[in-house]
Amino acid sequence: MIINQFLLLGAALFSIGVYGVLSRRNAVLVLLSVELMLAAVNINMVAFDRLNQDVMAGGQVFALFIIAVAAAEVGIGIAIVLLIFRNRRSANVDELDLMKL
Amino acid sequence: MFFAVTVGDWLGEVENWVFAVLAIAMVYAAIRVVTTKNVVHAALFLVIALGGSAAIFLLLGAEFVAWTVVMVYIGAVIVLFLFGIMITRAPLGYETKLSHPRRVRIGAALASGALFLLIGGAMLDAFGDDPVPAAIDPTRTSDIGQSIFERFVIPFEVVSFVLLAALIGGIVIARQDPTVEEEEVLQ
Amino acid sequence: MLEQYLGDYITVAVFLAAGGILVGVGLIVAGLIRPNNPSKVKSEIYECGIEPIGDGWSQTHIRYYIFALLFLIFDVEAVFIFPWALKVETFANAGMGGYILIEMFVFIGILLLGLVYAIRKGVLKWE
Repeated sequence: MIINQFLLLGAALFSIGVYGVLSRRNAVLVLLSVELMLAAVNINMVAFDRLNQDVMAGGQVFALFIIAVAAAEVGIGIAIVLLIFRNRRSANVDELDLMKL
Repeated sequence: MFFAVTVGDWLGEVENWVFAVLAIAMVYAAIRVVTTKNVVHAALFLVIALGGSAAIFLLLGAEFVAWTVVMVYIGAVIVLFLFGIMITRAPLGYETKLSHPRRVRIGAALASGALFLLIGGAMLDAFGDDPVPAAIDPTRTSDIGQSIFERFVIPFEVVSFVLLAALIGGIVIARQDPTVEEEEVLQ
Repeated sequence: MLEQYLGDYITVAVFLAAGGILVGVGLIVAGLIRPNNPSKVKSEIYECGIEPIGDGWSQTHIRYYIFALLFLIFDVEAVFIFPWALKVETFANAGMGGYILIEMFVFIGILLLGLVYAIRKGVLKWE
């Protein structure tokens, strides 16, 4: 196993996530794409942890912290989408233009 | 060239076959997540992508992280997403497009493709064909515990604050405002 | 060693494959031997004999979301308890039992504040 196979997989998933964030119109799907990007970052974290043979397993511990923070982010993110949906009857990001003149 | 390892050498290892199958499945599932026309399918394809990443962690010897991904992501986050999808469903007869028009999508594809070339090029340049050290022990869960509770105590406690903020924030934002009578009952 | 560890997971993979083959063969064989004559009435959704109106989708109540959120938060908490439980004894033998105990009590205590808040706000009531 070479290290770059994991890093390139991470890069591919991250780029697909970026595509999703830019191209999706539904806010829940944008959040799904963000999850994809975070999963890609986790793959890189663990791969670098194995490459460096860290005694503290720092990469893996931080992957755990990323998972915890991602869970918090999803909780708040979907709550905001629900609130917007309740007020505007729509979950589309391009219809949220209240701040536009 | 960056690679001294030939394709033949690479395919000689069983782990790499497992990796190739997982990687193809993950990339396919990820592409379906961002392109499918069905919101529920997007969430279910994300399960495949995340399950693949858990298998990759197992392959790398990071057992605890792998099972955490299964427990937290596949077990809880996807459930939250499915509820989010089912609550924000458009009223009957009101059909809506899930993606931006083609013009925006082409721009997004170009941007993300350029990003992939940039990151991938930098990774290839920096690490070439460095092998993952083979003669290492898989990380035991108790090693991770040692690390969290000795070295990373402060981040660990801060995570609890982040989760508390998410919990209270989620309740405040998503709760239906109680009517006047309900408020009186609560008092 | 990594080799030994990956070897152990081959057992898991074999079990997964066996389960998949069992279900797959069952479905394929059933598909081959069962009679197949679909009709429009047969594939309609069964709803107590009344003809269904609209589609099967309906909006879920927002109350379910808060329960899912609570589940998510305490799921993450549980994940951090596993490595803790494996290390308590080691720390206690090294004379640091109180230290690691307080660490986890602070962590759980902070999250319990969130649960107390949820109860006080009445979001856990199901009327």
